[in-house]
Amino acid sequence: MSSGPRFDMDYFLELAIGGLTRGSIYALIALGYTMVYGIIELINFAHGEIYMIGAFTALIVASVLTMNGMTGVSVLILASVVAVLYAAAYGFTVEKIAYKPLRQAPRLSPLISAIGMSIFLQNYVLIAQTSDFLPFPNLLPVLPFMEPYSHIMGSTELIIVLTTALATAALTFFIKFTKLGKAMRATAQDRHMAMLVGVNVNRVISNTFIVGSALAAIGGVLIASHIGRINFSIGFITGIKAFTAAVLGGIGSIPGAVLGGLVLGWTESFATGYVSSDYEDVFAFCLLVLILIFRPAGILGRSSVQKV
Amino acid sequence: MKASAEFIKSFFISLWFMLLTFPILVIRVNTIEKVVEWRWRNMAFIGIGSFLLSFVWRWLLSRKEKGRQPAETGNVETLPLGRRLLAEPRIYRPALTALALFTIAFPLLFSSYQTNIMTTALIYVMLGLGLNIVVGLAGLLDLGYVAFYAVGAYSYALLNHHFGLGFWAILPVGGLLGALFGILLGFPVLRLRGDYLAIVTLGFGEIIRLILENWNAFSFGPSGIANISRPGLFGISMTLNEATIYIYYLMVALCLFTIFVVNRLQDSRIGRAWIALREDEVACQAMGIDKTRTKLTAFALGATWAGMVGVIFAAKTTFINPACFTFMESAMILSIVVLGGMGSIAGVILGALILILTPEYLRAFSAYRMLLFGTAMVLMMVFRPQGIVTNIRRVYRYGTKGKESRPAQA
Amino acid sequence: MDSVLTVNSLTMNFGGLRAIDSVDLEVRQEQIVALIGPNGSGKTTFSNCLTGIYEPTEGDIFISPTPGGRRRINGIKINRIAEMGIARTFQNIRLFSNMTVLENVMIGRHCRAKAGVLGAVLRGRKTRREEQEIVDRSYEILVRTGLADQADEPAKNLPYGAQRRLEIARALATEPFLLLLDEPAAGMNPRETDELEELIVRIRDEAKISILMIEHDMRMVMSLSNRIIVLDYGEKIAEGTAAQIWENPDVIKAYLGEDFHGDA
Ligand SMILES: Nc1ncnc2c1ncn2[C@@H]1O[C@H](COP(=O)(O)OP(=O)(O)O)[C@@H](O)[C@H]1O
Ligand SMILES: [Mg+2]
Repeated sequence: MSSGPRFDMDYFLELAIGGLTRGSIYALIALGYTMVYGIIELINFAHGEIYMIGAFTALIVASVLTMNGMTGVSVLILASVVAVLYAAAYGFTVEKIAYKPLRQAPRLSPLISAIGMSIFLQNYVLIAQTSDFLPFPNLLPVLPFMEPYSHIMGSTELIIVLTTALATAALTFFIKFTKLGKAMRATAQDRHMAMLVGVNVNRVISNTFIVGSALAAIGGVLIASHIGRINFSIGFITGIKAFTAAVLGGIGSIPGAVLGGLVLGWTESFATGYVSSDYEDVFAFCLLVLILIFRPAGILGRSSVQKV
Repeated sequence: MKASAEFIKSFFISLWFMLLTFPILVIRVNTIEKVVEWRWRNMAFIGIGSFLLSFVWRWLLSRKEKGRQPAETGNVETLPLGRRLLAEPRIYRPALTALALFTIAFPLLFSSYQTNIMTTALIYVMLGLGLNIVVGLAGLLDLGYVAFYAVGAYSYALLNHHFGLGFWAILPVGGLLGALFGILLGFPVLRLRGDYLAIVTLGFGEIIRLILENWNAFSFGPSGIANISRPGLFGISMTLNEATIYIYYLMVALCLFTIFVVNRLQDSRIGRAWIALREDEVACQAMGIDKTRTKLTAFALGATWAGMVGVIFAAKTTFINPACFTFMESAMILSIVVLGGMGSIAGVILGALILILTPEYLRAFSAYRMLLFGTAMVLMMVFRPQGIVTNIRRVYRYGTKGKESRPAQA
Repeated sequence: MDSVLTVNSLTMNFGGLRAIDSVDLEVRQEQIVALIGPNGSGKTTFSNCLTGIYEPTEGDIFISPTPGGRRRINGIKINRIAEMGIARTFQNIRLFSNMTVLENVMIGRHCRAKAGVLGAVLRGRKTRREEQEIVDRSYEILVRTGLADQADEPAKNLPYGAQRRLEIARALATEPFLLLLDEPAAGMNPRETDELEELIVRIRDEAKISILMIEHDMRMVMSLSNRIIVLDYGEKIAEGTAAQIWENPDVIKAYLGEDFHGDA
């Protein structure tokens, strides 16, 4: 806090890359919100907790492995795979317990149930593990060729951005070309119609949760490596921010989630870099409130007229 | 045959949960001393617990399915035993008298520590009843309710700190400021769909908290404000013990006032409009009800109550900081309303007492407090969305039924 | 006779879709006008435009609640239009299903009463009188619509035909000069339809309310309406008395395949 913000090019690039990194992670998590909302019109409030559980699982697995003498990329890969599997399993289970019995209920019921689930999962991890912040080992490898640029963009940042790009591309491919992906799109368009033409809607919903949760876990591993510490409450704020990203881009839209994530990441990065770092989260919340009030359909979404 | 299938199902569910909770519940790594703790006992608990609970779960689900059918076809509704008992004047009159006596005698019978806990519970009763107007009656899911609570608390704390203003002067001011904030926020957001409204209010609540945390010059930042004056009583100086008792009675009186107001509201023209709006917005508007204004009234009234309770909270604890006003606080108040029964006064009171007092008195529960809140919300939504006390619609006097009041009816 | 509703070249677009195309319509005092047409021809959209649920893309809607008083109501909010005296029912029943039958009608009285928050809390003499008036008037309407026996039932427990009648009762409670009925006989059995027919006539004759009715039941349309307007793909293809419509080749063509003369 000794000097005000700098205004040189390097600093600008640093902020831009920082925003890109954050934004990528928001995007990964936002994808889960957007897919679930697209299919059952539910704000899956517990999605942030799935991401937190993914990060915790990775931390636990990585710690056990390193304590047993394992090192290097294999730890990263093993920990990530286990984290992804577990997050997917949690997402699947949460849907079965808290949302599936509420398919016919009034709109707000599953949302309240989701909030309850979110509180439950936070406290489950708090009680079973700890309330302290745990140091998260940096599992991501250091890429030697990034050395000269490290003052602007380190290898961690590069890996995060690349992973996000890859995951989004894979997801897009999956939704466009696989049978399950097509069933998802059909269900999102018109659940009743999809059921009539023989889509197993329950299975599609389950799979949506599984895919979304898996992506969140990837985000969890990446962000935990990037920031270096986690605790039980990281899911809440990140979850809200990722939801903001999803709404920003137009909820229900996959490119929208990515775009929204990036816009949010840059907003935060530049606002904290040039305006004030005290109000980091305030910027995101203000963006959330403003976008919902003035353009609830988001940047890419279309507004619709309610049918009577 | 059927039973064995059930067993196998539950067996696999239990296996699934043992696997699912394995990394979080069984392994704990101590990264500093580099040791891993394996808690196999937890796995056994989960295994047995989920095996048994899966039976209960399925039984409850099937009961819910069955319960749905007669409600749709038949109109032979038998009242539950509890309600039949309460409808009987010979039973509810003495019960109510006993309850009133117990409430009055409470500080004399119990220690000031217990009285303090009871006051806290009453604060949540009042908050719950206030939120009940917004969520329960008008059907607006407000996840930032705590923001208005903070507005009230900080307006008392700051005005008291800077100008030495007293509790009684600020109590209405807190309420008014709450209402003002409610209207300012409500105006732009109340036209949003239900779930978006929930998120906007949550965002607003967080913004207020973050501002309080960071704007040191205004709010004294995270360290908060201490030495706030307790409520006065004609300038009489009180010992700590007396003050505790005084605040308790104050809270009882304010709760009664709240019950009175909410009760009258829900049976009024406005109250009916709220409920109708919750059921069908379009039909409501087509009947000539101004949607925005009606919602805004509910929102502002709820905020008024939160503002007033905020003042009381600051006066009771004599210390507040932004950490008192997190989202978890909003969630807690929400789960009180959800558990008790949306729209039902008795339900909300019961919900507040259960959720606040259980962790206080059953020490074993205190670590599981928030876990309890979360679980309550999910279970209530899944199995009993109307809450523990169902709100029954009022029956009006009309035509021949109103004979005793208007004998000249043809 | 004076006209109470005049619609001039009303057009409603949804994006690229033109749901109503330049439709004129007039309802005179104490007339029953029927709006008919195949499914998807824009009838419900038309009534949504009249009641402020949609703002029409083009055209004018004028109302004259009192003889001489004429007012354009395009783009006015739904609840204001209800206050001005257009009441409606919904094709897909939209009752307040967890409220009692009586309360449903009481909601209709909302806009004719005044008590606010303060009045509700203090419950002074004036508020109490107003409340009792709401209850009495609502009950009276229930008696007139034959629902008095079920006054304290939750609306969702009523049989289908009674729910449709309750929608009418609720609309009547707003004291309209014009009542819009969107397929009031849909799903009713012949006996219920007869009762409904009688009710509609009584509403017009006793309460002096003009009626614009969207309906598929041709027998009812033919026997009740002073005038019939036929929509097809959002365009008005015919207008006239029952006999004129019955003969119109365009109408028969529009309905071909819908067994137009079959169920009459
Ligand atoms: N809110 C809306 N958005 C888009 N299209 C609509 C909307 N409401 C109605 N339509 C379309 O307008 C046309 C007329 O529908 P409607 O008025 O319901 O017909 P009807 O009541 O005569 O059966 C239909 O093609 C329908 O799909
Ligand atoms: Mg229609």
